[in-house]
Amino acid sequence: MSLLSGTPGAVAAFSGCLNMNAHDTKHPLLVLENISKVYPGVVALSNVTLSVRAGEVLALIGENGAGKSTLMKILGGVIAPSSGKVIIDNVAHDHLTVTQSQAAGIAFVHQELNVFDNLDVAANMFLGREIRGGALRLLDLKAMRDAAHPLLARVGATFRPETSVAELSLAERQLLEIAKALSIDARVVIMDEPTSSLTLSETRTLMKVIADLKAQGIAVIYISHRLGEVEDCADRVFGLRDGHVAGELSRDEINHDAMIRLMIGRDLKSLYTPPTRAVGDIILSLKGVRIGANPRARADLDLHAGEILGLAGLVGAGRTELAEAVFGIAPVLEGEVLLAGQPFRASSPREAIQAGVYLVPEDRKRAGLVLETSICENISLADFQSVSRNGLVSGTKVAERAEAQRARLGIKAADVQRNAAELSGGNQQKVVLGKWLSMKPRLIIFDEPTRGIDVGAKWEIYKLMRALAEAGVGVMMISSDMEEVIGVSDRILVLREGEVTGSLPRSEFSEHNVLKLAVGAH
Amino acid sequence: MHKKDMGLALLIIVVGAIVYMRNPLFLSPINLGNTANLIGLFGLFAIGQGFVIMTGGIDLSVGSMIALLGVLFVDMVGRFGVPWPLAMLITIGIGTLMGLAHGLLITKLKMQPFVVTLCGLLIYRGVARGYTGEATAGFPFGVSYPELEWLTIGRSFGIPHSFYAMIIIGVICWFVLHRSVFGRHLQAVGKNEDAARYSGVRTGLVITAAYVTCAVLTSIAAIYFAMFTRSVQPSSHGNFYELYAIAAAVLGGFSLRGGEGSIVGVILGAVLLQQLQNLVNLLGIPSSLNFAVMGGVILAGVLADQQFNRYRQKRRAARALDGLGNVAAAPS
Repeated sequence: MSLLSGTPGAVAAFSGCLNMNAHDTKHPLLVLENISKVYPGVVALSNVTLSVRAGEVLALIGENGAGKSTLMKILGGVIAPSSGKVIIDNVAHDHLTVTQSQAAGIAFVHQELNVFDNLDVAANMFLGREIRGGALRLLDLKAMRDAAHPLLARVGATFRPETSVAELSLAERQLLEIAKALSIDARVVIMDEPTSSLTLSETRTLMKVIADLKAQGIAVIYISHRLGEVEDCADRVFGLRDGHVAGELSRDEINHDAMIRLMIGRDLKSLYTPPTRAVGDIILSLKGVRIGANPRARADLDLHAGEILGLAGLVGAGRTELAEAVFGIAPVLEGEVLLAGQPFRASSPREAIQAGVYLVPEDRKRAGLVLETSICENISLADFQSVSRNGLVSGTKVAERAEAQRARLGIKAADVQRNAAELSGGNQQKVVLGKWLSMKPRLIIFDEPTRGIDVGAKWEIYKLMRALAEAGVGVMMISSDMEEVIGVSDRILVLREGEVTGSLPRSEFSEHNVLKLAVGAH
Repeated sequence: MHKKDMGLALLIIVVGAIVYMRNPLFLSPINLGNTANLIGLFGLFAIGQGFVIMTGGIDLSVGSMIALLGVLFVDMVGRFGVPWPLAMLITIGIGTLMGLAHGLLITKLKMQPFVVTLCGLLIYRGVARGYTGEATAGFPFGVSYPELEWLTIGRSFGIPHSFYAMIIIGVICWFVLHRSVFGRHLQAVGKNEDAARYSGVRTGLVITAAYVTCAVLTSIAAIYFAMFTRSVQPSSHGNFYELYAIAAAVLGGFSLRGGEGSIVGVILGAVLLQQLQNLVNLLGIPSSLNFAVMGGVILAGVLADQQFNRYRQKRRAARALDGLGNVAAAPS
């Protein structure tokens, strides 16, 4: 049904001009044409062309940072493209506004749910379009509730219009957002990672709602990392990679491997570089550790010097919280933490850092970097003592230290005096790494180290992790990216609700085994 | 000196030249001396405010602290005969405790700086008025304190000692903010407290230290003010001074979001504010318009600065887009 043959080469060579597809029986609802978006130092999107047809489920896939969210924000009129057009109903917009986007029937169901939990369901649904009545033009609460009712029924919601949103679960809030989209007569509903916080049965309900929307002729743009769901519901898959069109798959071409190739541009089996020497002594050991995030669970784990230990699990399994407890961000309530056999309990990151325990945090922009500060200041941030004399910081030494890390890590920047904010995600992460590598690491915890990072930089970070392990540093890697966790680790521990549910040696690595332990036996 | 500071210095020179052309008295030694004195007095606590604003916080209690500490200092020396060096130490000690209280409430109990120091503003003013029973605190008639007066209101080479005090403290603070490890930590905390904490910076300590620094400099200013006015009227002394300090910092390039600003900038900001006051007097503008002139200049200054930055950012983005066009055109 497509111009494309099934070979990956043809998929990769393909770019743009989807709206000219000769087999297309339906006229496209909207077309994003040659869209580029450039931020200082980062090209978020480069010449992307994408069309959406009525009544189709179009899955938008790509790794974090591939440009999916940016593209959708342009479609929503939230940000303006640097160049390119959005064509809706044959009208081309250089700069679509939010109002124009909404008027055209484009509705968002956001990843971070944009609901106001101080208001009730009906008020949320009609926010900004409140129904008013009476001589004083006051809010007509009854009319809004009456109007909300059938919409909620359409998405299979069991809560009532007058329920306070604060009482709704995440899944219910998601349904509310979809109902809201219906209330503005949406023709295109964009769902950004809609299932990331849903349970399995809630996900099934959502799939049913999507099928209903489709039957009503509404187009759904479905953004998800969960390839299984995409396989289930998508009519067409559109791939982005590093801001470029990676290609697209028609219904009969959609399968797991093809989608992975689309996202990362190659097969992933080759990620692993085996260690050249046997693992060393245990560097970190947790015995019955209880933390505030999962107060009923106890975690046990051993990490050897020289190994890369992968920590897998679903979002919310408590991996980050455990790492942060080791790093002194949150307290260890009970249990024993041993660092190289010695009791170790950091009550602040400062203490952890002094012991040589470093964390590369999950949220790079919040906790990893001071964005609006120079690269060199960021690299010295944890250790100004060693670049200063008599309490006065030496600008020369700060710069020298940064230059050394720039050379070692290949940080692509015009100048180490430039702000970290100007760098691409991969280079920003290298700055975070440079901060720790310029000190004396014994144990480094990488929390989602390659989130939002381009493929090339990912490789460099994996190589660096291996080099650190070879140098006898303990390397722990928390990752929700299955390919990464399987491809990079020497051993995988799986966590569920704060407890370690299993340890897999390399010979037992498989997506199936990891998931089984992550979800729990059924 | 940063570009921003240069711009401000240029503005001061231009305004000065205009005022001088309209009224040559502007550059008379008497006028310059008096203005320098006021710059010294206001500059002292404006620098302190700069440290707090650097953390992304604010200290609204400055004016009331100047009143309360002024009352206490005058009373200690004038009424109770406490030797003035000891009185100074006690005054600065009390100020330190106030700053410490602000800092701890903000960092340990996670209260908002605005709320904490707003309560400080009300409490210190109220205590000053209650303690004196609304009476003006002053020195006994005919008594003088030659060393204290030399130190605070004396002059050397025609320049008032308050100005020297501000310069000395300004230089120390310049090293602290721009060259010390603490200064780096302070700037990092102001820009991104989480990232600083994850890098092992003791963020609570750093923020508390900023409030203590502000309070200490304010206490020193309080002593200078008390000696300058000779008597302290508890309900009006120091009124709105916190706003002068904030205005000087903002003019000097500090961002109220934290993490940005320089000592040179805040001092120049204090200079410009006093110059504007002086302008109002010298050009015969009704002094009731004083605040309006100040507000107008701050608004215009900050607006111009922001527009300039936006223009620069746009240019940078446009250049980046051009670069992309070339890359995209080459292959495929």
